[in-house]
Amino acid sequence: MTLLAVERIKLFSTRSPWWCVGTALAITIGMAALIAANTDDRFPLSVPVSQGFTNFGMVVLMVMAALAVTTEYRFGTIRATFLAVPGRVQALVAKTVVVALVSGVVGEVIAFGSWGVGKLIKPGADMAIDSAAEWRNVAGTGLVFVFAAVLAVAVGVLVRQTAAAVAILLVYTLLVENLIGIIPTIGPKIQRWLIGRMSDHFLTAGNQSFLAEGGADDHPFGPWGSLAYYAAVCVGLLVVALVVAKRRDA
Amino acid sequence: MIEAAGLTKHYGSTVAVDDLSFTVEAGRVTGFLGPNGAGKSTTMRMILGLDTPNAGRALIDGKRYAELKSPLRTVGALLDAKWVHPNRSARSHLRWLAKSNHLPVQRVDEVLEMVGLTAVANRNAGGFSLGMAQRLGIAGALLGDPSVLLFDEPVNGLDPEGIVWIRQFMHRLAADGRTVLVSSHLLSEMAQTAQELIVIGKGRLIAQTSTDQFIKDATEDNVRVRSPHADKLRELLAGTSTVTADAVDGALVVHGMDPASIGELAAANGIVLHELSPQHGSLEEAFMQLTKESVEYHGA
Repeated sequence: MTLLAVERIKLFSTRSPWWCVGTALAITIGMAALIAANTDDRFPLSVPVSQGFTNFGMVVLMVMAALAVTTEYRFGTIRATFLAVPGRVQALVAKTVVVALVSGVVGEVIAFGSWGVGKLIKPGADMAIDSAAEWRNVAGTGLVFVFAAVLAVAVGVLVRQTAAAVAILLVYTLLVENLIGIIPTIGPKIQRWLIGRMSDHFLTAGNQSFLAEGGADDHPFGPWGSLAYYAAVCVGLLVVALVVAKRRDA
Repeated sequence: MIEAAGLTKHYGSTVAVDDLSFTVEAGRVTGFLGPNGAGKSTTMRMILGLDTPNAGRALIDGKRYAELKSPLRTVGALLDAKWVHPNRSARSHLRWLAKSNHLPVQRVDEVLEMVGLTAVANRNAGGFSLGMAQRLGIAGALLGDPSVLLFDEPVNGLDPEGIVWIRQFMHRLAADGRTVLVSSHLLSEMAQTAQELIVIGKGRLIAQTSTDQFIKDATEDNVRVRSPHADKLRELLAGTSTVTADAVDGALVVHGMDPASIGELAAANGIVLHELSPQHGSLEEAFMQLTKESVEYHGA
């Protein structure tokens, strides 16, 4: 508990996490409002439509999570941390937990905020969250955000540099995941195993919306299996990062 | 008390610290002296568990750093004053440090008061001058009221007032019975700060001795002697003193014998002297002499 308090103080005593959280909320809920305002009979607003842009918030929070680690390396406070807490694994796990919790809470706020703003703008639309799939689509966002932050912390610990960590995370999440499908034959086969596909499937399975991309509908797992796979990859990478941090000279 | 035994650290094929053993006793300031790149910082980082030695170990009060519970209560260290987040206030910086070792939050204000930073406690550390950052680093080191303190080049870049302040501060800490290890590459600085010296060069121990003894040994006076019968004189002197030849003009440089005795010895053996002059070495000269072979980076 003490270590969680330490990491909480560290995270919130600088301004960048506040900016990241604010940006994430503004972009996603703003986009949700814009979409809701432009829906009509042909493109009707529904619960899944309101959730269409939560991923943008996730990317911003991944940047926050990576920064929480890389700035410590940049400014040497990671060494001050390891002097105060020689158990490096405990210190880094505490940081991961705090960052992941913040990310998860913000994820929930984004999901329900996006849903709420849609309901507000189009009171007539069918915005009732009344199926398990719809609950998963909205309330599941926080879970996806939690493990996205875990992944970002792991990458931050491994590469230790802000520019490199942010570049890797953004290029992977925004480009590699989508573009790899272009490779003939093998591309789609790889793509179905990528973590972004898994987390998307967890959120959107069973939810019809005009935003959903056509095509690849073959998923190796069901929604919860997809979440488990996605979580396992993120936590797995964190374990690798912790082992590296423990062995490496600080 | 700090004990290092056979500490060794390689970086690739470079040996940064080579089988280094020493002890640092409580109750006095021990200077850790060596040219830049001698391995002082690496050694301190190994003592503090930041770097893992390839061989040997360092113990603090009989324990490895990683074994200490709430290490800040036992060891305070200032390795680099810049190890603060520039956008975090001095108080927040100390607050998380205190929290991590279960220290009461009042302690933060106490140490800020001690180092004279109370007025700027809520300002971001990024705006601090080097002197203020150094004080913040010392506040962090003192947070847990530790019995062992390590400072790496604490006076680097400080103005004279800051240097005097730090020096007096260390004397007070040692007078309280604490173990204080301070590194520096300046002998003149150490001569005024440390009572005991550990001198290293190229990662190896050159000397561990009291500062007074070190200075006495290091600045021992030499006598320059030139004679047309240098070889014969050299043989005569060899029994009672150390004789080396000046690299520039080949004159004999005699250690351990005063000019009068050398003159009498020469006269008794009928040797003509062209020069017989006492030389007084300076402290820095002596240090450079001692560490000459172990300086890592030479100017061209």
